[in-house]
Amino acid sequence: MLHIVNKSATERSTLDSCLRLATKGSAVLLIEDAVYAATKGSAAAAKIQAAQADLKIYALGPDLAARGMAGRVLDGVNVVDYGGFVDLVAEHSNCQSWL
Amino acid sequence: MSDMDMDDDGSGIVKKFMFLNRKAPHGTVYALEGLEVVLITAAFDQDVSLVFTDDGVYQLMKGMDTKGIEVKDFSKTYRALEGYDIEKLYVDKTSMDARGLTEDDLIVDVTVLSDEEMKNLMAEQDVVISF
Repeated sequence: MLHIVNKSATERSTLDSCLRLATKGSAVLLIEDAVYAATKGSAAAAKIQAAQADLKIYALGPDLAARGMAGRVLDGVNVVDYGGFVDLVAEHSNCQSWL
Repeated sequence: MSDMDMDDDGSGIVKKFMFLNRKAPHGTVYALEGLEVVLITAAFDQDVSLVFTDDGVYQLMKGMDTKGIEVKDFSKTYRALEGYDIEKLYVDKTSMDARGLTEDDLIVDVTVLSDEEMKNLMAEQDVVISF
């Protein structure tokens, strides 16, 4: 399954819920304000790093760039563009948007 | 109308206004709308403090490139605030530390406050408007 999270981890609990309930081998795509979680020094950075053992973590590049965060992405997080977003949706049989 | 007349009808009263920004930019419209209201308020010659706390500190990040998401990059407007006599910009250290940010990461000069200083600044305001 592809999990999509779009809210800041320091404002909403959707990232926590996603990481708690995603099965091993799932993909998690961070978009919009959720991309801050994948940046160095963020409060959620440790959670993302811990989750990388079981999950593949992606972040949307245009959303990182718009927020001045393109140069601060955590190691091991895969940055994708809109084409990559489409590929992720197509590659997975189902997806869950955490609103 | 003379200044004296303005005082007589009460419009010359200066209050302490705090605009409290707690949301990240772009993901919601709060940051942009808050900035618009601050610019409007500048026309009324009030004592304005602009505070960025929690995710609001992200509004001041340097190096935003919003072309890819096709929205306006309003971060440069913060640098124009000085021209509107809005010079009191504050962030709190707790919020900066929680996001791995330092003053060098921000697009404008700010005063970094401790929690103690921030709570005192808030308490002394006549009006607090939250975005």
